[in-house]
Amino acid sequence: MGQGIPEIAGKSLNGDLQQQFLYEMLLIRRFEEKCAEMYSLGKIRGFLHLYTGEEACAVGAINALRDDDKIVTHYRDHGHALARGIDANRIMAELFARVDGTNKGRGGSMHIFDVDSNFLGGYAIVAGHMPIATGLGLAAQFTQKDWATLCIFGDGGVGEGEFHEALNLAAIWKLPVVWFCENNGYGMGVPFDDSLANDVYKIAAAYQIPSVRIDGMDVLEVYSATQLALAHCREGNGPYFIEALTYRYRGHSMADPELYRTKEEVESFRQKDAIQRLRNSMMAGGLLDESGYNALVDRVESEVDEAVAFADASPEPGLHTLYDHVTKEREESS
Amino acid sequence: MTEMRMRDAIRDAMREEMLRDDRVFLMGEDIGAYGGSYACTRGLLDEFGPERVRDTPISESGIVGAGVGAALAGLVPMVEIMTINFSLVALDQIVNNASKLHYMTSGQVNVPLVLRMASGAGSQLGATHSHSLEGMFAHFPGLTVVCPAFPGDAKGLLKRAFREPNPVVFIEHTALYGVRGEVPEDPEHLVEFGEAAVLRSGKDVTLVGYSGSVHQCTRAADILAAEHGLAAEVIDLRTLRPLDMSTVIKSVQQTNRAVVVEDDWKFGGFAGEISAQIMELAFDWLDAPVARVAGKDVPMPYNRNLEYAALPSEEDVVEAVLGML
Repeated sequence: MGQGIPEIAGKSLNGDLQQQFLYEMLLIRRFEEKCAEMYSLGKIRGFLHLYTGEEACAVGAINALRDDDKIVTHYRDHGHALARGIDANRIMAELFARVDGTNKGRGGSMHIFDVDSNFLGGYAIVAGHMPIATGLGLAAQFTQKDWATLCIFGDGGVGEGEFHEALNLAAIWKLPVVWFCENNGYGMGVPFDDSLANDVYKIAAAYQIPSVRIDGMDVLEVYSATQLALAHCREGNGPYFIEALTYRYRGHSMADPELYRTKEEVESFRQKDAIQRLRNSMMAGGLLDESGYNALVDRVESEVDEAVAFADASPEPGLHTLYDHVTKEREESS
Repeated sequence: MTEMRMRDAIRDAMREEMLRDDRVFLMGEDIGAYGGSYACTRGLLDEFGPERVRDTPISESGIVGAGVGAALAGLVPMVEIMTINFSLVALDQIVNNASKLHYMTSGQVNVPLVLRMASGAGSQLGATHSHSLEGMFAHFPGLTVVCPAFPGDAKGLLKRAFREPNPVVFIEHTALYGVRGEVPEDPEHLVEFGEAAVLRSGKDVTLVGYSGSVHQCTRAADILAAEHGLAAEVIDLRTLRPLDMSTVIKSVQQTNRAVVVEDDWKFGGFAGEISAQIMELAFDWLDAPVARVAGKDVPMPYNRNLEYAALPSEEDVVEAVLGML
C-alpha cells in the first residue's frame, strides 16, 4: 500500500493540471470507442458498458485523491481505472481476457481490480460495493489513518437497500467515505424521475450527510467538489455525498437498442460535452492551442492502438489455472 | 481441560483471538451491552470497548459488506448474524463479494472474514426462524463452512477460523449452546478444517452427521446397541467445506452401510452430496443404498407436534438402519 502523499492543497487548477484532465478524458473516450470496435470484432465478450460522456466524473473525482485513498466503483469502470492511472494496456488485456490483464483474465469489463493502485474493484451487482466502502472507511477509522474511500455508483443504485444501509452506517459511525453518485439519468432504460421518490442528493441529506449536486460534465467543478469532500472526511467529520449530473452517450450496454430516449436528447447532452468545454475554456484562456490539442488526440490514439496490440499479443490463461485462487493458501505463521 | 458450555467456549475463542491479534474486532446486532442474542459475546464489550465490540443497526447486508471492506483493508472482522435466517438478506455480500473476490482478482486480495450465525429449529419459532442452511453455504466455492457439535471443537474451530485468510461461515446450532463438554485450555489448541471426527467405532453401520444431527446419531447408536445389538460407527463431519470424505469412505468400507442425518430439507440437501460421494467412491462396498434422514420438505410449522414431525429424530435414524439390514 502506498503512503500518503499530502499535496492535495498544493494542486491548483493550473494549466498543467487542466492539460492532464483533458488528456485523461480524451484517453477514456478513445479507449471506450475502441472497446466498442473490439466488441463488434468479437475480441471483447460478455457485457460491455461504455463510459462515453461521463469522463469528467472519473477524471475530476479521482484526480482529487491521494495515492493511498481507496476506490470502489460500479461495473462501468474502465474510465475510473484509466483515471486512476492503471495502464491502458492492462485494462484492455483484461477486456480481452488475457493473462496480462489487471485480473489476469478472471474479472472482465465489470470487475477491473488493481490493488497496487488502491483500485479495489468494479462491482457488478448494483450498489453491492457500497457496504464495502463503509467497511473500508471503518478500517481507516479503526487504524486511525487519514486515507479516505471514494465510492462511485450510479443513480440506479439509489433504489437498492444496500445504498441505504451503507450510508446509514457511514453516517452513524462518521466514516471517511466520499459517496459519489454518477447520475446519468437512467437506471438502464428507466429515467430516475420514475425510479426515485426524491432527488438523489436530498435522499443522502436525510442521513445527515453533507450533500451537494454538481455539474458532472464540468471536470473542474467535479475536481473542486471532491477536494472539499475529501478534506471534510480527513478532518474526521464523517462522510460526504456528491451527486454529479452527467450523461452517457451510448446505450446502457452494447446490447441496448435505446428505445427509451430520443436522438435529440442525446444530441442535447453532446452539446455540453465535458471534453469540448474544457478544450474551449483552455483555448480561451491561452492554456492550449490547436496544435497542442491535436498532439493530445494523437497521443491517446497511439496509446489506445498500443493497448489493443498489447492485449492481442497477450496469451490466454492456461486451463491448468482453472482452480487457482478459489481460496488463498495459508501462510506458515497462521 | 475444562468443562464448559458451548456458548462459553465460543466466547473464549473470540476473547483469546482478540487478545492475540489486535486486528480482530467484532460487530453485530446486540453483541455489546446486550451480550448477543445467545449470550456468546457477554462481557466482551467491557473488556475490549466499543471499537472492537461494535453494536450495529439491523442491517445484515450492510454489516457483512462492511466486514468484507474491513477485511480487504487488512483487518480481521467477525460479524455475528443473529440467526442464519437473517443471512438470507446478506447473501449478496456473502456470495457475490466475500466468496469470489480472491478468485476474480486472481489472488490480489483475500477476505479474512468470520461470519458467525445461529442455526436450527425446535423452539417453535415458525417457518422464517427455523432454517438449517449449512448445506446451502457449502454449495459456494470460496467459502469455508464450519458446524461444530461440541464445545471443544467449537473453540478450536473458531480460533482456526480467525487465522484463516478466507471467509469462514461458522454455524452454531441453537439447541447446542447449553451443551457441556471438555475444552482444552491451551490458547494454541486449534481444530483443523476438513478433518471429521469418529466419535465411536462400530462394524454394522456408519452414521454421518454434523452440528445438531451428530447428537441424534449418537443417541441412535445407543438405541441400536442397547435394543438391537448393533454397533454403529458415528462420524461428526465438523466442517462441510472442506469436506473430509476419506474418513467417511474408510468407515463405509468397514460397515458397508451408511445413513446420513441432517436437519435441513431432504430435497437438494447436503446429505445428498454425501450420499452421492459414497456411491461414487465406495459403490462396491455398499450392501444397501445410502439412506438419508433429514427434515421434511415443508416450511417449518409453528405447532409443536407438527414441528417435531418435520424434524428428523433418533427414532428415524434407528428405523433407517433397521430398514437396510
